[in-house]
Amino acid sequence: MDIYLPIAEMSVNALLIILMGGAVGFLSGMFGVGGGFLTTPLLIFYGIPPAVAVASSATQITGSSVSGALAYWERGQVDVRMGGVLVAGGLIGAGVGQVVFSVLQQMGQIDVVISLIYVLFLSVIGGLMLRDALAALKAARAGTAPPPRRSRHLPWVAALPWKMRFVRSGLYISPLAPLLLGAAVGILTVIMGIGGGFIMVPAMVYILGMRAQAVVGTSLFQIIFVTAATTLLHATASKSVDIVLALLLLLGGVTGAQLGVRAAQKLSPDRLRLGLAIVVLAVAGGLMIGLTLTPDEPFALFEGA
Amino acid sequence: MIGRILLALGLWLALVGAAPIRLITQLSQARIEINTTFRGSEMLVFGAIQYPQGSVPDAPPDIAVVVRGPSAPVTVRQKARIAGIWVNAAGVRFESVPGFYAVAATRPIDALADERTTAIYEIGIRNLQLSPASGADDDVSRAFEAGLIAARQKAGLFSERPDGVQITRGVLYAARIALPAAVPVGDYTAEIHLVRQGRVLASTSAPFLIDKSGFERWVYVMAQDNSLAYGLVAVMAALAAGAIAALVTRRRW
Repeated sequence: MDIYLPIAEMSVNALLIILMGGAVGFLSGMFGVGGGFLTTPLLIFYGIPPAVAVASSATQITGSSVSGALAYWERGQVDVRMGGVLVAGGLIGAGVGQVVFSVLQQMGQIDVVISLIYVLFLSVIGGLMLRDALAALKAARAGTAPPPRRSRHLPWVAALPWKMRFVRSGLYISPLAPLLLGAAVGILTVIMGIGGGFIMVPAMVYILGMRAQAVVGTSLFQIIFVTAATTLLHATASKSVDIVLALLLLLGGVTGAQLGVRAAQKLSPDRLRLGLAIVVLAVAGGLMIGLTLTPDEPFALFEGA
Repeated sequence: MIGRILLALGLWLALVGAAPIRLITQLSQARIEINTTFRGSEMLVFGAIQYPQGSVPDAPPDIAVVVRGPSAPVTVRQKARIAGIWVNAAGVRFESVPGFYAVAATRPIDALADERTTAIYEIGIRNLQLSPASGADDDVSRAFEAGLIAARQKAGLFSERPDGVQITRGVLYAARIALPAAVPVGDYTAEIHLVRQGRVLASTSAPFLIDKSGFERWVYVMAQDNSLAYGLVAVMAALAAGAIAALVTRRRW
């Protein structure tokens, strides 16, 4: 079933796009990641112009995050106060990120820089998660108690002033920590064109020391606002949001997200972490291969540039 | 002196006296509309050759049909390996690259006319004047041009069909030009050249338009003119879709 996309200006197989959205949505609901780090490369690989791919996948992430976040909301697994602070930081970061992005663009090589940042972050985060998940699973199999957490959160987080209570997260920390975290992720999300969940989720666990049950729901809650803002930015600045493409992705994405949430409830958190670690490392590996393998086409075309 | 004037007069009479061959042409559509189900299209370029005094020669002349779309600048960058990683290195900017270019002819381009003639009329992909930015080495820009052409050919946007024109009874000609789904929108022209013994004897052209229509057009115009409203609608649609999915599946738990 072929359908012509009005903004991307090309004909695509609608069923394939829906399935793509569904697969990414499943991961989104399961792990609390937006899935942009998968959708964007997949769409570009399919032949969608990169600008349209980045903008339209942001729209899709909004939808699947709502779908996932509502499911976690019902279970009381969203810390709104924490999410609010993260969103505030994210919006500040997005503004800074926009400036960094245009500087990088003027230097050229923006796509290579993006790929390198991807590879760097994905390998570090994936590696950390893999190590922890394997250690926890090993301990569980041996019948011993899981190794005690080093500390509830990093020392510098505990040292920040104006502490307040985040009940659902089980934390009593300064809001400056999540604000800074939100801003850092916000910068990255704009540069990389993603929701940032795959950075946010491990950061909430490892840096803030949030209670595991609240992490995924709160991450999804935060992603809704950041990606909605990103969609508006792209729609007004580059006019590259393809609403037809976004709706196709959403159709699969929201359904996949619900299935993902259900699947996540049946799995142990350690297995979830292992799964996400493998996905993240696989994407990093794929990107690394893409960067180093001799390309089929020795030339790249930049229209209208 | 008088001799020269007579000679010039004689030449002038000879030119005027021999009524030129003329081409009459028609397109199957003056406008191609891109809608939701657009999967590419086909343009039929057809017409008749009008000979002086209606005397149809035994061997029909050659016809070349050139269809080209709107031109735009394109920068071609060569990929190069730096520290094991492929980056986009040196680039050459081409000022006028047609978004679509197709040639159909009665025989291969090289057999149609000499290089100079086909270059003047830009018949054949190799004869396109893409205007590489000055400063680039000739050999270098030729390599980049080859890369650009290869990419466009792969996308079906540049094509050459040496057997693409049919001539019926030496008078009627017809060519079918395939337009892939990725054709850019804009103003197109179909040029028809009549070639005999390596010389272009007659040329004519017909314009046509490729444009989005209906829903596609509406979405595109909205995105351009009311971008904030468009963005808000996109966000609302996303929020609604997510909420609906959550509500629909909730009952089953």
